[in-house]
Amino acid sequence: MSVDPISDPAFGGACPLPLSDYPTVQMAHGGGGKLSQLLIEELMVPAFANEALSRLHDGALLEIAGGRLAFTTDSFVVRPLVFPGGDIGSLAVHGTVNDLAMCGARPLALSCGLILEEGLDMALLARLVGSMRDAAARAGVPIVTGDTKVVDRGKGDGVYVNTAGIGLVPEGILIDPRRARPGDLVLLSGAIAEHGIAILSVREGLEFESPIESDSADLSGMVAILLERLGAEVHVLRDPTRGGVASATNEIAKSAGVGMRLEETRIPLREPVRGACEILGLDPLYVANEGKLLAIVAREAGEEALATLRAHPLGAAAAIVGEVVAEGPGRVTMRSAIGGSRIVDLLSGEQLPRIC
Amino acid sequence: MKYVDEYRDEASAKALLAAIARDARRPWTLMEICGGQTHTLLRSGVDRMLPDTITLVHGPGCPVCVTPLEQIDRALAIARRPGVVFTSFGDMLRVPGSTTDLLAIKSEGGDVRIVYSPLDAVKLAQKHPDRQVVFFAVGFETTAPPNAMAAWQARQLGLDNFSLLVSHVLVPPAMEAILGSPHNRVQGFLAAGHVCAVMGYWEYEPLAEKHRIPITVTGFEPIDLLHGILLTVRALESGRHGVENQYSRAVTRDGNLPAQELVRRVFEPCDRKWRGIGAIPGSGLRLREEFAAFDAERRFEVGDLTAEESPLCIAGEILQGLKKPHLCPAFGTQCTPERPLGAPMVSAEGACSAYFRYARAS
Repeated sequence: MSVDPISDPAFGGACPLPLSDYPTVQMAHGGGGKLSQLLIEELMVPAFANEALSRLHDGALLEIAGGRLAFTTDSFVVRPLVFPGGDIGSLAVHGTVNDLAMCGARPLALSCGLILEEGLDMALLARLVGSMRDAAARAGVPIVTGDTKVVDRGKGDGVYVNTAGIGLVPEGILIDPRRARPGDLVLLSGAIAEHGIAILSVREGLEFESPIESDSADLSGMVAILLERLGAEVHVLRDPTRGGVASATNEIAKSAGVGMRLEETRIPLREPVRGACEILGLDPLYVANEGKLLAIVAREAGEEALATLRAHPLGAAAAIVGEVVAEGPGRVTMRSAIGGSRIVDLLSGEQLPRIC
Repeated sequence: MKYVDEYRDEASAKALLAAIARDARRPWTLMEICGGQTHTLLRSGVDRMLPDTITLVHGPGCPVCVTPLEQIDRALAIARRPGVVFTSFGDMLRVPGSTTDLLAIKSEGGDVRIVYSPLDAVKLAQKHPDRQVVFFAVGFETTAPPNAMAAWQARQLGLDNFSLLVSHVLVPPAMEAILGSPHNRVQGFLAAGHVCAVMGYWEYEPLAEKHRIPITVTGFEPIDLLHGILLTVRALESGRHGVENQYSRAVTRDGNLPAQELVRRVFEPCDRKWRGIGAIPGSGLRLREEFAAFDAERRFEVGDLTAEESPLCIAGEILQGLKKPHLCPAFGTQCTPERPLGAPMVSAEGACSAYFRYARAS
């Protein structure tokens, strides 16, 4: 038809504005979208420039005598501290364990840094620490070192948690976003957008017919089985947290210089979450997950990877949701439910609920 | 999901597309009024599946887009004041005023909060009697009833710390302005189903009669839009004009009468400036005199503020369906969702943002 599809390449990978255009830090700089990417690529990477960092994976891989060490860190500032399906303690353990798992590593040890606000209820702190202990025990990873600081009342949100983690990458495993290649299949381990919607619903007091719980979970067990079965056939792993599946797939497509094509109807999404997204005008592809993984595997290994994920309790709803293609390097597209096609782009910051 | 899945069905879409291709024997230009419809068209790819005979132009139905610049500047001026809690629907926060936006005011220390309903803002005012709570009441006939309810409740509760910064607009006068323009290209309308759910569609009958065009009340799912296009094309091909209702699962001719009554009691029609388009007579709503105490423009004395649009932005032509977003020289270069020059690039419902997000370089 004559809604002239835009074909001028000048409109393609339009570069975000330079960081100098922002005299102050905006919330969007932490939203997992374009502004986050800008902050990392224009400020952090040039400042700290080194080979391990430049891969911009969930964690860094360091060559040490006798193997490869994965090293990662993550900070948690979630509000409320306790939410349906978890709390900031278990989330902080799962987040870092998952980042290690996404490097193909077996988690070895975690650190725990706490920034506490003066006046925080001691019983709540004990509960959160207990939750970290339980989550770490279930993942089989000890918390071996830590640090605690207290800030003036009003200078923090109760508790901020930082966890760092190290792990060892087994022989023969090579997980790297640059390994996505045309023909590979894209798998998702289960229904998306649950963490983001769970947090939003408690934070904003939105009530839905059935409560929506965060999917916060330790993925390292499922990843270990997947890698044991498929080894180097697994090319990329990523947990689509902040910025959701859309941001994670965009990052991979960009790193590997490939295109990615997703199928809207194949993306697992539970009804209550879908309903909440419809009401709020949010695209679930951009909503955070804390217990899902994206796996990009060689096409020949697709069915086995799917069966392996589905055999695990955390992957029962796993699905093949798309493929890696040569066309449109750095670009993610999606085939819509009615058979049309659209671009899945990075957002500048977090999604804002719409008016009507 | 009921009422959703059946309207996103591939087989139905194929059948409707085939029917449109068969029945449209001449080229036709249709306008979808609502920005939500524009986004569905681009997000589901309908725009690129339609036959060449059909040209869709995108209408002014995005409340974020048409809120005039000086009204945004007024919002920014109020939100900067100490002691004010400025509340808004989420997508107004990134809309650029002359110099900055509400998100930036927030990062400078202003108390700017997203609410999901104006009634939540009323609750905030009850909870914080020492603060002035202001709600940015923008939107079409769809958001007018809850905004009217907020003013009504505030009066009943005797709140003296709650006010509305009103920038309400109405669809029929905008359609009249488009049809009356010497540059008009629109031959048929897909009217906004949600607006009609509140207002009914009797208001459109005189318009259809006067300009002898078909107007089809249309829903927001891909199948709704395809169905609305088909009905409009069939009317055009057979030379019929008048109003048809594609969205009968939500819309009646009379609409929601209690909601209309509430709006009439709280608001009255006024002339209103539309961003990028200019003043349209009788196209807005303002608070009636008996609700003047809840008018933020008066309370904060910001009524005199004026502002100039960026000379680069062609939002006005886009919102009237005269130009496509990608034909703007600033599109994707000086104007992006990160740094928008005009409102259609900001809102999730803006035509420029829809082109940028879903159809760029496809």
